[in-house]
Amino acid sequence: MQTFVGIDLGSTTTKAVILDENREVLGRGITNSRSNYGTAARVAGEEAKVDGRFTLFRRALTEGGTLRGHVGDFMGALERAFRLEQFLEQLDDLERTCESQFKGGKFAALESQVRDALGEVCKRLRDEAPEMYAPGANRKSDFFRDIAGSRYHVHAEDVSRDAMLPYELLLNLYDKSIIEVENRPPSAGLSDKFLRALARVLAEDPTFGAEAEDVKATIESTLDLELEECYLIGTGYGRVTLPFSHEHIRSEILCHGLGAHMMYPNTRTVLDIGGQDTKGIQVDPKGIVTNFQMNDRCAAGCGRYLGYIADEMNMGLHELGPMAMKSDRPVRINSTCTVFAGAELRDRLALGEKREDILAGLHRAIILRAISIISRSGGVTDEFTFTGGVAKNEAAVRELDKVVRENYGDVTININPDSIYTGALGASEFARRAYIGGARPEARA
Amino acid sequence: MTTTPNSARAAKDVEKDASMRKQKAMMAAHYDRLTSAPETGEKVCDTFVPGNLNELIRCFDLVNNLPEVNAIQSGLRRLSGGYVMEAEKIGHSEDVCTYVKSDIGMMAKGNLAPNGKPFPVPDVLLLSYTGCFTFMKWFELLREQYKCETIMLHTPYMGDGKITPNMIEYMVKQLKDEVIPKLEKISGVKFDIDRLREYLKQSAKAEDDLVHVLQTAKNKPSPIDSYFGGIYYIGPIFGAFRGTDDAVDYYRFLREEVDQRLAEGKGPVTPDGDMGSERYRLVVEGPPNYTNFRQFWKMFYEEGAVVVASSYTKVGGVYDFGFRHDPDKPLETLAEYCLNVYTNRSLPMRIDMLLNYLDEYQADGLLINSIKSCNSFSAGQLLMMREIEKRSGKPAAFVESDLVDPRYFSAANIKNRLESYFQMIEQKRANSRAVA
Repeated sequence: MQTFVGIDLGSTTTKAVILDENREVLGRGITNSRSNYGTAARVAGEEAKVDGRFTLFRRALTEGGTLRGHVGDFMGALERAFRLEQFLEQLDDLERTCESQFKGGKFAALESQVRDALGEVCKRLRDEAPEMYAPGANRKSDFFRDIAGSRYHVHAEDVSRDAMLPYELLLNLYDKSIIEVENRPPSAGLSDKFLRALARVLAEDPTFGAEAEDVKATIESTLDLELEECYLIGTGYGRVTLPFSHEHIRSEILCHGLGAHMMYPNTRTVLDIGGQDTKGIQVDPKGIVTNFQMNDRCAAGCGRYLGYIADEMNMGLHELGPMAMKSDRPVRINSTCTVFAGAELRDRLALGEKREDILAGLHRAIILRAISIISRSGGVTDEFTFTGGVAKNEAAVRELDKVVRENYGDVTININPDSIYTGALGASEFARRAYIGGARPEARA
Repeated sequence: MTTTPNSARAAKDVEKDASMRKQKAMMAAHYDRLTSAPETGEKVCDTFVPGNLNELIRCFDLVNNLPEVNAIQSGLRRLSGGYVMEAEKIGHSEDVCTYVKSDIGMMAKGNLAPNGKPFPVPDVLLLSYTGCFTFMKWFELLREQYKCETIMLHTPYMGDGKITPNMIEYMVKQLKDEVIPKLEKISGVKFDIDRLREYLKQSAKAEDDLVHVLQTAKNKPSPIDSYFGGIYYIGPIFGAFRGTDDAVDYYRFLREEVDQRLAEGKGPVTPDGDMGSERYRLVVEGPPNYTNFRQFWKMFYEEGAVVVASSYTKVGGVYDFGFRHDPDKPLETLAEYCLNVYTNRSLPMRIDMLLNYLDEYQADGLLINSIKSCNSFSAGQLLMMREIEKRSGKPAAFVESDLVDPRYFSAANIKNRLESYFQMIEQKRANSRAVA
């Protein structure tokens, strides 16, 4: 099967989208951008391939009439089982990588005790893993670093106390190993992992037992299907550092414009708020960019601004929106300078203002800044599509909705649950068009 | 600043046309003449580029000194950053025009010309263009510093989009009653209108050749870049040389050089040598950035983008539409020249002019480089952009930087926007091919 890949190297996350021959999304993958865009591109690409396999399984099962009425449940179970397998594999990798750090230095005298303690921490992580991937379990993140990291810290504290070892020693091991582990793409033995996950699902859930053989045959034949990567386009901040040439690069402004058009063909104005960029983009009925404006000199009001505020308030980034939603009396925050906003925030807290009211004010401040950028690009024209990581924040969406209506009246505002992939989606379509236009990838070094 | 071996090598590696080398020699000679004024006894007139009255100044044996050009020199030589900060230390706000702050800072740090010698104290400050109010304030500061005579010629703004006989009459009256008598007094030289006529004749010759050179950009490929290269081409005519034999020679020489490139089918010369194939033809509005001039230019030529017409090369005066200095109407022609300056034109006039360029020069689109600290240019640019997009159907883009304040040049940001813009043009072209 011919596939076309788009990769969006954002300042915070790297996203990949694989498009099939029929211009439908086969898979999506996301990872931390880290400091190494090459690795991030590889990892996100592999994640998108994994996701693509799930899409193919789903299509094959539906088309073959297997598991009629249960395909959704089965796919949910298979994905959880696969993620569990992947987690366990990465956990083994983490343990091995930590062990490789033992040689000499501060570990010399304590090697066997540290080895035992590490083994115990990993055992506890392994034991509780199935629970984390149980149906309905709430995982804070899909990244191994986040999931393993938070639990590792908890167990390491207990284990080191019992073993009378310095806690920092175990933490240090983790910190030294995690980048290496997460930089290894999840590609090795992909088919085996799918099959192990399948066996787990079939063994654990009797609902699917009756059609076990058919399901197995369908999954195996789908795994044999070769996915040919015909062309790849990279976009986003890290695009210039990607290990491929000029022809494989497109500006993220064009990719966001096209991606938004693919999601909502009536889109005329796009707002993208990413980690360090806010972009106002105008597109024509074909998704071609006709004008754009973006923040200049200062990234206040972008995603990182929220990150900073979250740190100031000792909260998680994902907790800001829900708390701001509780406010019914937003405070006016005048500053859109990140550092000043931090100062204003502390000031307001000291005055006894409620946290939710302050946060609601901060979300409004971001949106006011975004609207000013959109105005410069030509204003809001129906339909209006909001993309980027901040589009996932419900408080930002609520303020945007208000401000757009105040200034531009009744406008359809589109927010796609996959909006974070908009740039990568546009890039994958550029890849498809380039291939159709006769472009072929050069031999990579 | 001492020249390190590295920068010396870099400077040597930069490709230059013979005309550029000629101009460099002219500029060096001018700075030597200026800085040796205290010894030679020549009198000095500080004045500004837009609508400068170089022919009239020369009638009084005055040497002209242009503070904006000095600020540009400081920007190109990477000195302006320090000067700007020095001016801020003295108390000038961050929002003040950075040409002014570079000049004020330079004075505070020894007031050295590019040849390393101090600039002379001017005998007179002549303000002949009032479309930029900052100029007035700038000269107030210089008057405070130098305690010298100041002359102001008020140039009415072309708010209604045309020059009326009243405007000319009003300006000629000021020339006769105010400017000329004061210049006579300061210089001790009696005004001779025939001498002015001679200089004006020389000006018109050079102007013909400059217009010819700029209009070669209508060819495909264009043999010149009308923005980055254009800044070199306008140097002598908007600087100290208009009306001189040197300027006539220079523009004749430049014309032959460019015609030769055209005959050979060559594109513009860039600091890295001949440009590769021409992929995008742009019209640019607004001044360039001088602190990162080459880096900025490189972002264009590396992508095959040529600027075929620009408004900045009309900042001293506009010749495209037929104006030439006319020896038969010596004072009236000076008035008309001042009135015609690009930023003295109303926004609808600027829009018409840029639309005309997009059309006549077969450009792919309009790019605006908006200058943080220049109200003369920046006010109204977004409105102009929208109107031009609407009327031409061609894509436009907006980048932001500053004249000579290096703190406001964000390379990654500008490059990102430019690349997006070039791809936008590409996408538009692909779409029109598909439709055809």
